[in-house]
Amino acid sequence: MITLHINGLPVSVEQGTTLLEAAQFMGFPIPTLCHKEGLSPYGACRLCLVEIGEGPRARLVSSCTYPAEEGLQVRTASSRVIQARRIILELLLASCPQSKTIQDLASAHGIQQQRFKQEYENCILCGLCVRMCEEQMMAKAIGFRSRGEKRSIGTPFDIQSEDCRRCGACLYICPACELRCTYTEPERAICGGCANLRPPCLEKEGFEDMMCYMDPCVACEIKKD
Amino acid sequence: MNPKQIEKIIDDHHNGNQAGLISLLEEIQAKYSYLPEEALRIVSQKTGTSLVDLYGVATFYRAFSLRPRGKHLISVCLGTACHVRGGEIIASEFQRQLAIKPGETTLDHEISLETVNCLGACALGPIVVADGHYFSNVTVKKVEEIIHKARAGLDRIDIRSDERIFPIEVSCSRCNHSLMDKSRYIDGYPSIRVTVSFNLKHGWLRLSCLYGSFSVDYEYQVPLDEVVNFFCPYCHAELRSSSFCMDCGAPMVPLLVRAGGMVQICSRRGCKGHMLDLTGVNV
Ligand code: SF4
Ligand code: SF4
Ligand code: SF4
Ligand code: FES
Repeated sequence: MITLHINGLPVSVEQGTTLLEAAQFMGFPIPTLCHKEGLSPYGACRLCLVEIGEGPRARLVSSCTYPAEEGLQVRTASSRVIQARRIILELLLASCPQSKTIQDLASAHGIQQQRFKQEYENCILCGLCVRMCEEQMMAKAIGFRSRGEKRSIGTPFDIQSEDCRRCGACLYICPACELRCTYTEPERAICGGCANLRPPCLEKEGFEDMMCYMDPCVACEIKKD
Repeated sequence: MNPKQIEKIIDDHHNGNQAGLISLLEEIQAKYSYLPEEALRIVSQKTGTSLVDLYGVATFYRAFSLRPRGKHLISVCLGTACHVRGGEIIASEFQRQLAIKPGETTLDHEISLETVNCLGACALGPIVVADGHYFSNVTVKKVEEIIHKARAGLDRIDIRSDERIFPIEVSCSRCNHSLMDKSRYIDGYPSIRVTVSFNLKHGWLRLSCLYGSFSVDYEYQVPLDEVVNFFCPYCHAELRSSSFCMDCGAPMVPLLVRAGGMVQICSRRGCKGHMLDLTGVNV
């Protein structure tokens, strides 16, 4: 067992536990975006930042990937952490303003506006879809391509993948997904899972017997039970 | 592209283990000048690496290209030092003159243009590298000259200084008619003209007469790894010997050497297998 201090309180956890798990165990909320139970930690969004260490050596780390260490001092809501988180949320809003998930997170942190150049990306490169497809659906149909500015998610050669079983899991998990599906060009769509649906809204347009991946919906905000 | 060749590269490369994926891709790229889609699929199947991961690697590194590259590669450095010395202007001048963007290849498949981030010769910037030859302190005026030199072939073999290379004169092994063609020069020497046919196409092919040079010129582009049938343009007999290439197994093409003896070349495009048998001749 490893003993560490989170916000001053001692906690003992097993070797290999992440700071995020330890903090959640203690009931300290840490917002996450690219972390989902059942998928391996990836540390892409940096929203789960916490501060570790003391004095000048204190630094920010992503709690979803950082393993607990003996005697570590962790602060989950210091002013430095809150400030960094707010900047990250502003940056996320700047790239993907249409995401309901990001909007919700931002408003929970009291952010009213973002100060960066507004863009309308359809992906924040959180890698959730890639991990979902590989780890839960065992398909490995989509992945990261290129690097830097050009980094993107998709199938090899941008054509429909033979490995994709069109389960829709990647759409389901995506926090920015309403634009993810490029249904007007089915052969370039990320998996073609919804090529035969008729977005944007099934329910409003009366396609009751069809399946809708989004719950709650990111675009039309219909809450389904 | 020949699936067998890819499989051979894979087998030779790593004897079935997964290590060295990047150097494997490098070898394929060296052979085809790019990574054909088909090749990546075969690599994925044979090594058990998922296609997604392969594609990720192939798109991650600048050194790999998924589209065919031209015969000559011009890289313009846009690293910090070259950038402040005007690399950007040089790059756009190349784009203007070649009418392509970085990462593209001219329509005649001759020249590919790319920009790179640092070539490690910052003090001499702006740097341009054409087929491995460095040009320093490049100005807009020099751009045209570099393109011209690249097209002419910077890698052209220097015949006088390289002793392994010498011109030969050949004739048809059936009718003994000389195959030398003085109307068209390759590598600065009269070319060897034969007729080839493949895939229902039938046309001339000119080879360099320099033993050791593999420069060719053709009427119809022969796809890499294609085995073609050679014919004498005069007696129309098929030029085909009973022996097979030691490198790839394709039939060999026999040609009589004027000075005596025989040279055999492999009939597979891109294969460099050949045999020289100058019986009783002092070279
Ligand atoms: S729909 Fe296709 S790409 Fe998406 S998770 Fe399922 S298998 Fe993977
Ligand atoms: S497509 Fe969606 S889930 Fe996948 S990386 Fe982009 S934002 Fe994340
Ligand atoms: S409910 Fe939302 S996700 Fe579903 S079809 Fe309508 S708009 Fe799309
Ligand atoms: S949840 Fe930890 S980095 Fe995204």
